[in-house]
Amino acid sequence: MFYRENGQYKTSYKADQALFPIVQDRIFIGLVMVIAFIVIPVFASEYLFRAIFIPFLILALAAIGLNLLVGYCGQISLGTGAFMMVGAYAAYNLAIRIPELNLLVVFLLAGFVTTIVGMAFGIPSLRIKGLYLAVATLAAQFFMDWLFSRVKWFTNESSSGAVSVPELQLFGFLWNSPVQKYFLVLCIVALFALIARNLVRSNIGRSWMATRDMDVAAEIIGIRPMYAKLSAFAVSSFFVGVAGALWGFVHLGSWEPAAFDVNRSFTLIFMVIIGGLGSILGSFLGAAFIIFLPIVLNQIPAFFGIPISTATAAHLESMIFGALIIFFLIVEPHGLARLWAIAKEKLRLWPFPH
Amino acid sequence: MIARDIGEVILKVEEISLAFGGVQALSNISFDVREHEVRAIIGPNGAGKSSMLNVINGVYHPQKGSVTFKGEKRTQMDPHKVASQGVARTFQNIALFKGMSVLDNLMTGRTLMMKANLFQQAFYWGAAQREEIKHRERVEEIIDFLEIQSIRKTPVGRLPYGLQKRVELGRALAAEPTLLLLDEPMAGMNVEEKQDMCRFVLDVNEEFGTTIVLIEHDMGVVMDISDRVVVLDYGKKIGDGSPDEVRNNQAVIDAYLGVAH
Amino acid sequence: MGALIEVVLGGLMAGLLYSLVALGFVLIFKASGVFNFAQGAMVLLAALAFARFSEVMPMPLAFILAALVMVLVAFMIEKLVLRHLVNQEGIILFLATFGITYFIEGAGQLIFGSDIYRIDLGLPKEPKIILESTFDGGILISIEDLVAAAVAGLLVLLLALFFQKTSTGRALRAVADDHQAAQSIGIPLNRIWVIVWSVSGFVALIAGIIWGGKLGVQFSLALVALKAIPVVILGGFTSVPGAILGGLIIGVGEKLAEVYLGPIIGGGIENWFAYALALMFLLFRPEGLFGERHIDRV
Ligand SMILES: Nc1ncnc2c1ncn2[C@@H]1O[C@H](COP(=O)(O)OP(=O)(O)OP(=O)(O)O)[C@@H](O)[C@H]1O
Ligand SMILES: [Mg+2]
Repeated sequence: MFYRENGQYKTSYKADQALFPIVQDRIFIGLVMVIAFIVIPVFASEYLFRAIFIPFLILALAAIGLNLLVGYCGQISLGTGAFMMVGAYAAYNLAIRIPELNLLVVFLLAGFVTTIVGMAFGIPSLRIKGLYLAVATLAAQFFMDWLFSRVKWFTNESSSGAVSVPELQLFGFLWNSPVQKYFLVLCIVALFALIARNLVRSNIGRSWMATRDMDVAAEIIGIRPMYAKLSAFAVSSFFVGVAGALWGFVHLGSWEPAAFDVNRSFTLIFMVIIGGLGSILGSFLGAAFIIFLPIVLNQIPAFFGIPISTATAAHLESMIFGALIIFFLIVEPHGLARLWAIAKEKLRLWPFPH
Repeated sequence: MIARDIGEVILKVEEISLAFGGVQALSNISFDVREHEVRAIIGPNGAGKSSMLNVINGVYHPQKGSVTFKGEKRTQMDPHKVASQGVARTFQNIALFKGMSVLDNLMTGRTLMMKANLFQQAFYWGAAQREEIKHRERVEEIIDFLEIQSIRKTPVGRLPYGLQKRVELGRALAAEPTLLLLDEPMAGMNVEEKQDMCRFVLDVNEEFGTTIVLIEHDMGVVMDISDRVVVLDYGKKIGDGSPDEVRNNQAVIDAYLGVAH
Repeated sequence: MGALIEVVLGGLMAGLLYSLVALGFVLIFKASGVFNFAQGAMVLLAALAFARFSEVMPMPLAFILAALVMVLVAFMIEKLVLRHLVNQEGIILFLATFGITYFIEGAGQLIFGSDIYRIDLGLPKEPKIILESTFDGGILISIEDLVAAAVAGLLVLLLALFFQKTSTGRALRAVADDHQAAQSIGIPLNRIWVIVWSVSGFVALIAGIIWGGKLGVQFSLALVALKAIPVVILGGFTSVPGAILGGLIIGVGEKLAEVYLGPIIGGGIENWFAYALALMFLLFRPEGLFGERHIDRV
């Protein structure tokens, strides 16, 4: 009843191919924008920005990048943390070696550096498929772990790869309050989400999905597998690289390679799975879920007044997290985005189910 | 049958041999296809029919022999290059892009004609937008032609078998091929669906002048719609000619009746 | 010359352990189509159980109890996870084993503790010098490693025989080929799964004891199994000989690289070198060590 496309006739293909052809979707997106750009900045506390909103947005960006590769092109990567690491250290090197560079340019260039690295690590995808490829991408993770902790040039001779960046300066202003950082990140993420959405409804997005669904048929219809796969690695890595740069510069400020270790890669893949493969919205939902889960889990014992040690809490958290992953995969392998789609479908028919 | 101008030879396969390990799927096969004709390939199960199509569009690389298409001779070529020469295809076991809508499947069929670069696509701007709309118009014509308007936004995985076959034909047509390869387009269909499919195939052939190579098990259909027929059995060619000639060929009769070799 | 042989020998001995863990992967993949990422967590759990049990009881008893723990784990995994994911795609199953990993790591440390525990099998720690007469300076060999390699080698042999000769092994191969068909001829899938996961838990126990004895039982044991992954990439997920030979190749390659390449490019390369080796190989031979070239049918 509330979510209907009946009666919304489109008079041109242009209208039908708009970003959000259905009015209710446009309203929903508008609302989200209002909340993100106005309500949250007005009401949220510094703690919320620092602990939730900023990391959420940055990880959502990385999740979108990963989703382009895994969800749309069907090439599984377990090395996303490594590509974030490349982005972060590339940005660091650019920033300290060419100090006059605008910070936004630094982030973009860091994205491009990651693109190149990502494509190099995407080459095996031309030869091996599926799970073989998935576990092979761990190579990127372990290689980068090594590279940035052992090769001193990349970390400006700092020991064990720990680096820190100066305060954020952009267009002659200091961006050091959480609200300012939030706005910076929000604008970047919104832009990238739009780009991702555009790509997946264009020719390149279709060639990724075709490769994912039936690679032989895709090639027979004229899609070059090498181009489809490597472009997916490239674009995905670009997103992830920018996310890595933001994670280092905006969220952490100082970091070492362990900040982007294999666990970061795993959390990202969970965001994508739990959120929904092949869904931009799902990337946000998944990121939100993974960010909130530990915070909620941490509160529960305190809420019931049960005193437990941090180690015990960490182990419990790990157990619950694992159980939830399994639960999710069993109950809804298509993720939160699917639940959202089902809910919309219900609304569309309600109150007359057929 | 409506008289079409059957033209010159457009596709020629010569002495193709293909083996998988110990299995000789094709041995020394030669035949040709003329422009605008409907050429059928028939034969019992495992005769090598699908393998033949796979050789033509570059999926399988034969150990011996050559394929000449539009005067260009080759021994090996990647499928996407063959596609860019104007060859499209449907599959025996439907090979649609399951996670995508009917519309997107058909739009994917036009991928070779899309030229907008990555940045234009990223911002859905300029050539990217113009192209999307232009190709959408062409795809809508195909949707109308195949009478699948009502399912254009449905994910193809949810469609019944018969409709999937039709969508797959649509995807191949979207590429506007000169040569269309159809691998058992009517298999598993009921009589009515078969009639529809026959009509589509003939319409394509007549209206667009598309050359068609067709594998089909239903002899009635083959005799009705094809101009010439190649018969394969155990990877060997045992007959080649008009439907009538093939029907009266003793070797073909034996193969179909299962006479011992 | 003596030094080279020493390195190669060391590589072969380490390689046998990789082969062993790789066989754990292969076993499970063959029987249930699951690439079991939880193998490392299982090693950790088994080692923890053994270490803690052996603090309060004689070692053989601790060993049996720890093995029982692993059977219990196999049973629970079948009951709570696999059963509900039967016809899912490989990737979903794979990710489910991440869930298992987190759960086991959490539960294991919650129950058995998260400090560093020692396993002392009473083997001499000092290396011995052999073949002094043949080579200048002789060859340095660690008794501990030698015993470990012998045990691992024996187990590898037993598992290979188990696959080829026993009826369970044969049923297992049938299951691997086609789940539905196997079920329809009356092979009880669920029981097979419990068996292979138990066997693989047993493999984890042996690996855990060997590595735990060398490194101490601690969380990082869970990561050691990651080192067996390049072995299965190289050898193929379903190939028993692939796992064995792959393990040896990776073991030797890694040691050689460590000794001869490491000093040049900065050391500490053992974490990624095996992957690089496996990938290099696959670029030239995508079907792996023993795999047959497969052409997609359309
Ligand atoms: N990719 C492949 N790998 C191995 N063997 C193959 C492959 N493709 C085809 N074959 C073998 O080649 C032979 C011919 O197969 P093909 O599919 O061409 O027969 P067909 O005439 O299309 O039969 P059907 O009527 O059953 O479709 C068969 O023995 C088949 O098993
Ligand atoms: Mg066939």
